[in-house]
Amino acid sequence: MSKDMQAVFAGFGGQGTLFSGKVVAYAGLIEGREVSWFPSYGPEMRGGTANCSVTVSDGLIGSPLVTEPDAVIAMNQPSYDKFVDLVKPGGVIVADTSMVAELGQHPDVRVIGIPATQIAEEAGLKGLANIVLLGRLFAEEPFCALETVDAALQKCIPPKKAAMLDKNRVAFKLGTEA
Amino acid sequence: MTEKVLMKGNEALAEAALRAGCRFFFGYPITPQTEVAAYMSKRLPQVGGTYLQAESEVAAINMVYGASAAGARVMTSSSSPGISLKSEGISYMAGSDLPGVIINIQRGGPGLGGIQPSQSDYWQATRATGHGDFQIFVFAPSTVQEMADCAYEAFDIADKYRIPVMILGDGLLGQMMEPVCLPEARDMESLPAKPWATMGHKHEREHNVVNSLYLTADKLESLNIERYERYDVIKANEQRCEEYLVDDADFVVVAFGASARVARSAVNAAREQGIKVGLLRPITLWPFPEAAINKACEHAKAFLAVEMNMGQMVDDVRLVVNGRVPVEFYGRTGGVIPTPAEVLGKIVEMTEREGE
Repeated sequence: MSKDMQAVFAGFGGQGTLFSGKVVAYAGLIEGREVSWFPSYGPEMRGGTANCSVTVSDGLIGSPLVTEPDAVIAMNQPSYDKFVDLVKPGGVIVADTSMVAELGQHPDVRVIGIPATQIAEEAGLKGLANIVLLGRLFAEEPFCALETVDAALQKCIPPKKAAMLDKNRVAFKLGTEA
Repeated sequence: MTEKVLMKGNEALAEAALRAGCRFFFGYPITPQTEVAAYMSKRLPQVGGTYLQAESEVAAINMVYGASAAGARVMTSSSSPGISLKSEGISYMAGSDLPGVIINIQRGGPGLGGIQPSQSDYWQATRATGHGDFQIFVFAPSTVQEMADCAYEAFDIADKYRIPVMILGDGLLGQMMEPVCLPEARDMESLPAKPWATMGHKHEREHNVVNSLYLTADKLESLNIERYERYDVIKANEQRCEEYLVDDADFVVVAFGASARVARSAVNAAREQGIKVGLLRPITLWPFPEAAINKACEHAKAFLAVEMNMGQMVDDVRLVVNGRVPVEFYGRTGGVIPTPAEVLGKIVEMTEREGE
């Protein structure tokens, strides 16, 4: 059984942060756990950034808004800067260093940087940096069983976009190995 | 049991309404409610229903009036400023004894306010949804599952008592996704008959009249009294409240909807500190769960209302408690969501003041 996790997925609109959050939420649901997913829908979205809070727990979930995350995926500098100081001591933040230039010093937090956008593009997986980062987070902090990730991807990718499933699988695997 | 799916509160609510037999939706877009309308626009045509984006909220609620008068299961949805615009029509519906379901996915106010979650329309929903002597039935869901369950049941309540029913949600419940089990779709043939409805009848009966204009004072008074007798039946039969760790509680938090989620986390944290505190979560705001408050009042040393407003439901708690024990309040407003730590702090403060 995986432990409880409160996570934030943040980046520019269009980078797929809401999607990767949904994959984690669905993975929790498939494993019979309590889950919540809550998107930003406020002024920050109009400024071009988007984020979502995801909680996976074995108990009832209170507020779905995550204010002290155990894990963060940051896909741009403003998101990294906003959330890195909110991560719980001992928590993890995974940054796309293709987009985040300054990681800074954060001794209480595990800071992981991978050039996810570059990795995705080099593998012919443009637009799947979000899933590469999700793979890296999984390697650091397995939030469900590995086979559940695949089931969750199948749930989150609509039948019309079935061709994307294999690409997502490859992107996730690349992330776990990055 | 059907499979659990991950859905936004707004969408789960809309799908459940459809399955309850709602076949007409009239609305106007506003954040954070728009997914309800968007979902209905996609689904209603698939089941032979009618979706119409009205030219304004005022038009939408009057279309609801018309469809309801003709016997249909009908719904509209909006967010706070839009509900104010609908208030005249809601009063007309109440005065004409028309069923109908009105969704308010609240945002911060007053005025145009903000678009973040709020509960500052409690008074509007329970006291003054429009002019005149009337009440509407008000559900306050706290989870995505309850968004669906309340929407499903709202149509039955509305038809049974011929009363407008409001589902008072907020941006948090509307926008978040949680696992939900959707209810079975109703057989449209099984819905209750509405012999009062103004449908075509080929001169086979006296024609029905749906109206709220009564120029004779005695007649209007007697109709209002009759309606309030019906309200007494609703108060006696339909109060809903979840009790969480209340049985042995010295202190009782009262919270509904999104703030109840936060309050539950705070209650759990306080219990870990050995404080005997429980949570009463009204699921109906009107009728207010007076019976549950009264029962808790037999052993509670104090109550704490937690809301996402400046203090509105706390009035109803005070009315029921009626001075027997102190009733305190903690709230955040303007779209700010309280944290469990803040509520815990308030609980600890209260226990120190009132004595363990």
